[in-house]
Amino acid sequence: MQNVYLDHAATTPMDPEVLEAMTPYFTEVFGNPSSIYSFAAKSRAAIEKARGQVAAALNALPEEIFFTSSGTEADNWALKGTFEKLSAKGGHIITTKIEHHAVLHTGEYLEKTGGAGVTYLPVDAEGRIRMEDLKGAVTDKTVLVSVMFANNEIGTIQPVGEIGRFCRERGVLFHTDAVQAAAQLDIDVKELFIDMMSLSAHKMYGPKGTGAFYLRKGLKLENFVHGGGQEKGKRASTENVAGIVGMGAAVEKMKARLSQEKPRLSTLRDRLINGVLKAIPHAKLNGAMGEERLPNNTNFSFIGIEGETLLLDLDAKGISASTGSACTSGSLEPSHVLMAIGLTHEQAHGSLRLSLGRSTTDEQINYVLDMLPPIVAKRREMSPVWEKFLEA
Amino acid sequence: MTYSEKVMEHFSNPRNVGEIKNPDGLGEAGNPQCGDIMKIYLKVRDDAGGSAVIEDVKFKTFGCASAIASSSMATEMIKGKTVDEAWELTNTAVAEALDGLPPIKMHCSVLAEEAIHRALSDYREKRGLAAVPIREHDHEHEAV
Ligand code: FES
Repeated sequence: MQNVYLDHAATTPMDPEVLEAMTPYFTEVFGNPSSIYSFAAKSRAAIEKARGQVAAALNALPEEIFFTSSGTEADNWALKGTFEKLSAKGGHIITTKIEHHAVLHTGEYLEKTGGAGVTYLPVDAEGRIRMEDLKGAVTDKTVLVSVMFANNEIGTIQPVGEIGRFCRERGVLFHTDAVQAAAQLDIDVKELFIDMMSLSAHKMYGPKGTGAFYLRKGLKLENFVHGGGQEKGKRASTENVAGIVGMGAAVEKMKARLSQEKPRLSTLRDRLINGVLKAIPHAKLNGAMGEERLPNNTNFSFIGIEGETLLLDLDAKGISASTGSACTSGSLEPSHVLMAIGLTHEQAHGSLRLSLGRSTTDEQINYVLDMLPPIVAKRREMSPVWEKFLEA
Repeated sequence: MTYSEKVMEHFSNPRNVGEIKNPDGLGEAGNPQCGDIMKIYLKVRDDAGGSAVIEDVKFKTFGCASAIASSSMATEMIKGKTVDEAWELTNTAVAEALDGLPPIKMHCSVLAEEAIHRALSDYREKRGLAAVPIREHDHEHEAV
């Protein structure tokens, strides 16, 4: 049986070269970076090298990069750190309805415990915010705008540069969760007027458990983890040296491959999209098309189908995918992103995300295009919702 | 969350999928929470002795693997049984026959019980028999 991994938006396999770069830091070069002896200086140097690698990829300065345990942690830091520092000026935060839960739930937490006011901007049918909505939402009390660079479910890329410029002019801080985007796109934090940004290593063939937070020079947030002097005392705790080294190596390699990988994936993506829309009646693409979509993301809705059944049927054929169906969510709520772009419950139920990556080949796309249509047909055959849809 | 082999087997090869033309009983149940729908069709043979037997049963289900496996198993369990025996089928019996369901997926088996009860009620109504009240289920996650 084929083994076709199409869930790169969830996580990616570690690049063997990245692993190789990390390995010595588990065993031989184990010194605590905070120690004084020369042996420990090697660990320190490794961290600083990684910081430089991440900074270079983003056109940032090394001192603007702070390592964290995850993208989620960086999101938490951006919201809580800004709010705590600036709540006296007004505790208003603007974000969107389609953020990752790391931002949404942090926003809700600050509303509940800190008295923050949070505005959740709506998005259009393709998942983009409207600049007028953002402009209309900013008040004198607004301290932070947090809009994700590109959405993890539907792949829609936001007008980040425009948002950044507007925020800079209004004197409001701008944070973007680039956990998905940073693995797929060239990002220049200066050009895009980004003040804060969250990154994660495991979405870009690096290790799980390592993330980074970009904080523009000169900006002051509340420290996030209190303890020793690591990460300039802003994010204390003994550094995850191997993980940090892995993140540096992963970012550098990702960046070097981008000019080839981006067009390659975009072509595969469009072939998959067009193939699915052609082969499956009443299939719907969720999210934007072309340049405004992540090169590795596809997301469909098949009316009359429930997503969990689709995933299990695909799994039986060796294909790993993901869905926004209520039946798989644990809370039995459909994906908030799909609801925000205006899908019905039933359309969200029948959603399927196939996210491509380095291992994805032409043959794999052919294989999916062979396997998927009969699976959808078989499950529709037994679906009263499909029956009703056909009658209508 | 993982499903038992039995669930996966019934999910992959569901029994009794389809419809019955002019059914003697038709029942539909939906889960307001996750939006799933199950339809049950019955063909009943009324014997002279008064014991009505479910000669054939078919289902159509929109829902997760647990819902489809429950439909498949439940229809197998009532096929060939009398309508009175079928009435006694509970969702827990269906879940047990499937070697258990994950707690958050128990409500999907409730759908099967309810759809069968509705189909049996429809049958009784068509035959002019007195209605039997349907056991109400709390649609919150009862087993969680
Ligand atoms: S049918 Fe929705 S969880 Fe089972």
